[in-house]
Amino acid sequence: MKITGIVKKGEYFDSVSIMLVAKQLSGVKDIIDSAVLMGTKENISVLKSSELLIPEFQAAGEMDLLVVFKTEENADIPALLKAVDKLLKPDKDMSEDKNLNPSSLDGAVSALPGANLAMISIAGRYAGDVAMKSLQMGLNVMLFSDNVPLEKEIELKTFANGKGLFVMGPDCGTAIINGAPLAFANVVNRGNIGIVGASGTGLQEVSCIISNAGCGVSQAIGTGGRDVKKEVGGIMFIQGLKALAEDKNTDVILLVSKPPAKEVIEKIKLEVAKINKSVVSVFLGSSPELLYGTKIHAASTLEEAAFLSVALAQNQPVTSVKEISNKQDLEIKELAKKESSKLSSKQKYLRALFSGGTFCDETQLICNEILSDVYSNTPVGNAKKLKDSNISEKNTIIDLGDDEFTVGKPHPMIDYSTRCKRIIEEAEDPETAVILLDIVLGYGSNMDPLAEVIPVIRKVKEITSARKCSLPLVCSVTGTDKDPQNRTSVVTALKSEGVIVMKSNAAASRLAISIVYGKGKK
Amino acid sequence: MNQLFENELKVINIGMKSFKETLEGLKVSSIQVDWKPPIFSDSKVFQVINQNKDKIESANKEAITRILNAKPYLIGMGKALDVIPGMKKNLLLHAGPPVTWDKMCGPMKGAVIGALIYEGIASSTQEAEKIAASGKIEFSPCHEHSTVGPMAGIVSPSMPVFILENEAYGNKAYGTMNEGLGKVLRYGAFSSDVIERLKWMENVLYPSLKTTLEKSGKVDLKNIIAQALHMGDEVHNRNRAATSLLYRILAPSIVKYVDDKNTAIDVLEFINRNDHFFLNLSMVVSKVSLDPARNIDYSSIVVVMARNGTDFGVQLSGTGDEWFTGPSPVPDALYFQGFTKEDANPDIGDSSITETNGLGGFAIAASPAIVQFVGGNTKDAVNYTMKMYEITASENNIYKIPYLNFRGTPTGIDVIKVIEKSVLPFIDTGVAHKNAGIGQIGAGVLSAPSEPFINALIGLTNKIKLLKEK
Repeated sequence: MKITGIVKKGEYFDSVSIMLVAKQLSGVKDIIDSAVLMGTKENISVLKSSELLIPEFQAAGEMDLLVVFKTEENADIPALLKAVDKLLKPDKDMSEDKNLNPSSLDGAVSALPGANLAMISIAGRYAGDVAMKSLQMGLNVMLFSDNVPLEKEIELKTFANGKGLFVMGPDCGTAIINGAPLAFANVVNRGNIGIVGASGTGLQEVSCIISNAGCGVSQAIGTGGRDVKKEVGGIMFIQGLKALAEDKNTDVILLVSKPPAKEVIEKIKLEVAKINKSVVSVFLGSSPELLYGTKIHAASTLEEAAFLSVALAQNQPVTSVKEISNKQDLEIKELAKKESSKLSSKQKYLRALFSGGTFCDETQLICNEILSDVYSNTPVGNAKKLKDSNISEKNTIIDLGDDEFTVGKPHPMIDYSTRCKRIIEEAEDPETAVILLDIVLGYGSNMDPLAEVIPVIRKVKEITSARKCSLPLVCSVTGTDKDPQNRTSVVTALKSEGVIVMKSNAAASRLAISIVYGKGKK
Repeated sequence: MNQLFENELKVINIGMKSFKETLEGLKVSSIQVDWKPPIFSDSKVFQVINQNKDKIESANKEAITRILNAKPYLIGMGKALDVIPGMKKNLLLHAGPPVTWDKMCGPMKGAVIGALIYEGIASSTQEAEKIAASGKIEFSPCHEHSTVGPMAGIVSPSMPVFILENEAYGNKAYGTMNEGLGKVLRYGAFSSDVIERLKWMENVLYPSLKTTLEKSGKVDLKNIIAQALHMGDEVHNRNRAATSLLYRILAPSIVKYVDDKNTAIDVLEFINRNDHFFLNLSMVVSKVSLDPARNIDYSSIVVVMARNGTDFGVQLSGTGDEWFTGPSPVPDALYFQGFTKEDANPDIGDSSITETNGLGGFAIAASPAIVQFVGGNTKDAVNYTMKMYEITASENNIYKIPYLNFRGTPTGIDVIKVIEKSVLPFIDTGVAHKNAGIGQIGAGVLSAPSEPFINALIGLTNKIKLLKEK
């Protein structure tokens, strides 16, 4: 044992600072016992009784600071003295900004006067109550959280409806309000197309296509997927539609959803009849006949819906859209022919690995017309349910954002690891004829998707070149050049790796399907 | 119709911080809420609260009005037995909620022993312990006798006490004089020097101050506290300014009215040497200010927070004399040389009445001099006070904080807000050694435990249900 002591002459410290230093000193490694105190008579006797008194201290005065510590014989005393010196220097950085966030809604409301939207992403079992509080305080709500009970959703939306407030969600991933992208959303041009969407990825896709086509979005209201089901009855879908009808900056209204319940479609029809604006819809998987006899321009893909909206927003005839798609179809046919000719006789099947659930549906529905033997973990249309979501069968279209893949993991738009692994598995399967992917940019998504996918693309090339075959990778990139990831640079990089990048998921799907279909015909 | 599209978007983000960062980057006004799950979420309890919202609100308004209207004056002094309601020869008052001898913590037992020796009821430690355990001595919380006491808070019949009157409502409250630091009764020390000091206080200090007050008149204590908050006190852990201000008022009169010059010098020196002399007064001020807010049906305002070193107790305006308790926590503290958290007694004392009245930890932003007790910088102190605004029903009209542009201190703890927001009252405190007779070993801060507040909320809803049935 060794006792080391120093006397700091005339260095007065108030008792609180001394206690603080003493507390920190006692936590320093190698120090067995220590004391920091002013050299008063009482303190000297305290030191004596705790066997920390050294002869030098006897002469100390009341205004001298005494520091003493006990260590093992071989401790690094100079280093410890240096540590003590550092502790004794008062923390000058009083300016350190530790801003206090309020702990509650009303605290936040008084700290941000005029607040008009609560964005809620806490665990679902609490989110409903917080949403209700927000509504009671007159706030609109964007409810990102999922696992909010259905009854709670109905309660919230009924209450909000009575107050003329929005409840976007639960499970609403995307909205654009007054030009601000919320949660998972892209930075798109502002313009005169207003969107109501019960599908997050769908909303992202149409808003990006609109923006990339030179038009813009006035507002994009997400409702959460359950809103258009029978139980909720489209409360927010209808309310959003009404709000856009009244919004002076909206000329064209675009409705995006997976198939709404029949009752909800009826409500939409009734409401649209009262509106003096152009209305476009894409209800993926819903029979277009349901909208016959209305003024709604019904599209069957997200891309078509976006193009129709753009044409209407620019006062062009809707027939122009048909022309564009015909031209595109020709290009796709050419490209498909070229790609399928490079395939071996074994390569027969489409493998689509999506991060966006709506894309998974859209691609299956496009398959409906052309391919048979389609399997999915989330089947729609003619597709069949996969026995094991981890093992592809024939033509397989997977939603990797489905709950079974995301337990305890971030969404595949953020964390590419599950999908990257699956891409390699599909590439190793000699029956795979084409791999179809989506890459979704924007806020909330992975900030550097290239770093995730490019190594995998190169690995795929290694596998296929070892096997001496070709394996086309077809991809759509949902995003804009204003997104933090910049669409153009992502697309350019993918193309330089040999990936075929299409302007939309619909176009990418048609190409991928045509490659497989063309192969089948050969 | 919804005005969202016509107005600037202003977002309150509750949950994932990255959403707020995105908005910041896009220059959209936004604020992050540090949300925590509620500490208690029994839907039946909240249903009762929600159904009676209006009644609770107006009851709380009344409670707050009474608290803010308080006009506390020091009007005189007397012996506990003569002035404290319900005081008896065989009664000892103690801090916190009710506690029996066998459940008392070390320092409180020490103070009981000291008080019995001081009263001449016992002549030794062993005898005092025997008497205390025998049932011949009754124990009762100070709070049930319009009294508050720091730390162990023991008040015995012969002890001299300050008498305060709330002139707005005519109620009175009482408290002993502060003994100073070091080995003192309130920390459970009972050695002969402790008893001697108490005797001196009874025989010299008390008559001098009593005479002085009788001759010079009442002292406006609210005014002193308001000034002291501007001078770096929060009147719980720091009372240096308030003591000095009181000293300035009393000193000329003491010189004038105390006949013996040496006695006057001793009295002045005693007050002068003890930075905490005012603490006992700031506590009684808080007690006398809060008491008129008791017994307002439906009110969820906290009128008592007090600890006996074993339990932490809470009383609400709307639940009468019922105590709601839970185990008292050990404070996070800075310890004097030679002591550690191992030695510390769970939190003890009625001094948290200051926080209940919007002072102490609630006013710590006014007291940068003691922020290092918080283990941080001045900003931390400001943050502590800011956080307390979230659980209080009002802001003080007289007690103001210079740094916050003279904003009133957060006043009137609402138990509903405490539970809903999971924000517990923040308390400045001294730390007693867990063994009797040793005394103070540190000072620090702590958040009140949640259990008493949860119990209080349940108690309030039960009371409301009873009121409805009637």
